[in-house]
Amino acid sequence: MIDQVTVFLENSTGHLAALCKALGDAGVSMHALTVADTASYGVVRIIADEPARAYEVLNAQGFRASLTKVYAVEVADEPGGLARLLESLDTADINVEYAYCFSTNANKAVDVLRLSAAEGAEEAIAAAGCRLLTPDELYS
Amino acid sequence: MVNSTGKVIGEERYFQPEIEQIGRSELEAMQLERLQRTVWDCCQNVAFYKQTFSQAGINPRSITSLADLASLPFTTKQDMREAYPFKLFAIDPKNERVQRLHASSGTTGNATVVGYTQKDIDIWGDTFARAIAMAGGGPDSILQVSYGYGLFTGGLGAHEGGIRMHSTILPMSSGNTKRQVQMMKDFDVDILACTPSYALLIADTAIEMGYDPANDFNVSGAILGAEPCSEGMRQDIERKLGVKMVDIYGLSEVMGPGVSCECRHQTGLHVAEDHFIIEIIDPNTLQPLPDGEWGEVVFTTLSKECSPLIRYRTRDISRIVPGECPCGRTMRRMDRIAGRTDDMLIIRGVNVFPSQFQEVLAGFEELTSYYQIVLTREGPMDNVTLKVETVPEFPFDQVRLIEQLEQRLKGELRSNLQVSVGIRVVEPKSIERSEGKAKRVLDLRDEQGA
Repeated sequence: MIDQVTVFLENSTGHLAALCKALGDAGVSMHALTVADTASYGVVRIIADEPARAYEVLNAQGFRASLTKVYAVEVADEPGGLARLLESLDTADINVEYAYCFSTNANKAVDVLRLSAAEGAEEAIAAAGCRLLTPDELYS
Repeated sequence: MVNSTGKVIGEERYFQPEIEQIGRSELEAMQLERLQRTVWDCCQNVAFYKQTFSQAGINPRSITSLADLASLPFTTKQDMREAYPFKLFAIDPKNERVQRLHASSGTTGNATVVGYTQKDIDIWGDTFARAIAMAGGGPDSILQVSYGYGLFTGGLGAHEGGIRMHSTILPMSSGNTKRQVQMMKDFDVDILACTPSYALLIADTAIEMGYDPANDFNVSGAILGAEPCSEGMRQDIERKLGVKMVDIYGLSEVMGPGVSCECRHQTGLHVAEDHFIIEIIDPNTLQPLPDGEWGEVVFTTLSKECSPLIRYRTRDISRIVPGECPCGRTMRRMDRIAGRTDDMLIIRGVNVFPSQFQEVLAGFEELTSYYQIVLTREGPMDNVTLKVETVPEFPFDQVRLIEQLEQRLKGELRSNLQVSVGIRVVEPKSIERSEGKAKRVLDLRDEQGA
C-alpha cells in the first residue's frame, strides 16, 4: 500500500495552481494528479515522491489535505491488461471505489486503486498476474 | 412539587387572583375602556401621536371596539429613537408626577427613554409581583434581586415587584458572585430574580464553593429574563439550583420585566392583559394574525401615564398559545421568543431565521459550527446557498460521502425550513471567523437588481 495525498479544493480559479505551487516550492515532485470535480468543489488526488512532507506542507498552508492508503499495481501496458486485473478483483468480490492510471515507461503502466476491502486484495492482484508496487519502487 | 429534602418547589400562588382569573368579557370591557382613554390621552398630550393620527385620518373618538385597534398606525423603534429624549412623553419630565426615567443602552443608535409616574411604577410592581407568585413566592419570601440596578429596567423592576408583594428584598444587583451565593445561603433566600446566564453562574459558583444548592439552599423559585434561555439551559438551572424557573418577558419601551411571565406550568408567558394589549402581526403585510400563528409581537399600553404607546412593534417573534392554562389564569399566553424580525429572512415568501439553520447544523457532527447563508436571485427566484465546512476528520477522499452528507443536510433543511437550500461544502477556515457578531448572512439579491 502507498500513501496518496488527497486535497479538498474549492472549485474556483487559481486554487489548483496555488496547490501545485505550494508543492513545487517545497521541492515535492508529483508522479500523478487527478481531480474528481463537482460544481462546487474538487477532490484532488496526488501521488508524490514524499507524501508525508506534501501532507505537512499543504496543511501548514491552509489546505485541507489528508493521506489515504491506496494500492499501486504494475500492469502490462497492453490491450486487456487492466481488464484482467479488474476481473480478478470482481471475482474476489472487491469493489473499486476509484482508480486512475499513469505510465512510467514504454511497456509498464501503474494503476492506482482504492478498494472497498483489504482482505483478499493482494491475492486477487497476484492472481491477475500483476505486481503490487512498494513505496520505494514507486517514488524512486 | 416537593424535592427529596422536603423543599416545596413551584407552589400555585396568585398575587391578584381577581384580576389574574378575570372572565374574558369582563377583561375585554376593561381593555376597551382603557384603550379609549389611552388613545385620547395620546392624541391630546403626545405630539407624535397627534401628528400620526391626523395623517392617518383617525378620530380618537372613533375607537368603539377592540377590533378598531387594527386601524391605528404603528409605533416603531425608529420612532422612539427619533423622539429622543422626551418627545413621546405624555407628561413633561419635570412635572412633579414623573418619578423616574429609564433608558435602553442605545448601542445601535439613540437610547430610547421612558418615564414613569408613581402609578406607572406601582402597576409595574404589581405585574412583577404576579411573577413572584408564579415562581411560588409571596409576602413571606426573601427575594434576591441579582439583576443590575440602574437605567436598565431589570433590577428596579424586580425590586418594585418585591415592594408590592411585601416580600423581603435583598437588593444585590449583579456581580460579586461568591457573595451572592453566601447570602443566598445564609439569608435563606427562596426566590431569585436575574438573567438566566447569571443564575447559571451563581449555581456553578455555589457548586465550586462546595455547596449543593439544590439540596442545601432554601431557594425554590427563579424569575429569569432579559435574554433568551434555551430549554437545555432551563433544565440545567432547575437541576443545579433545585428551583422552578419561570421565564419573564418585558422591554423598557413598554414597561420593563413583567409584561408577561410564565406560571409554574411553563406552557407560555401570561401577558398582563389588563395593562397591555398584545397583537401578533405578519411583519410583511402588517396584518394581525390569528392565535397560534407566529409573527411579530405588538403591544399597546393601557394604563401607562407617562410613556403610553400605541401598537409598538417589538421586532420580537412569538405567537399566542391557544387554549387554556391549567393554572386558572385567564390572561392569554405568548410563546417564548423565537427570534427577532431584524434577523428574519424572507426566502420565496417564506420567513426563515438564521437560528433555524444553526439548529439543523448542530445535528451534524461531520460539520463545524461555522456557516454562511448566501442569498442570490435568478430571474424571479430567490436562491439560498448554505456554506459549510467539514470537521478535519471528515474522510473527504470519498466524494460519495460528501455527496451523501450534502443530501442529508439538504433534506433536513427542507423539512425544517420549508425551503430548498443549496449546499456548498467549502475549504476549511474559508468562512469568516469573528469574535463579535459574525456576518452569517450575505444577501446579494438587491445588488443583482431586483
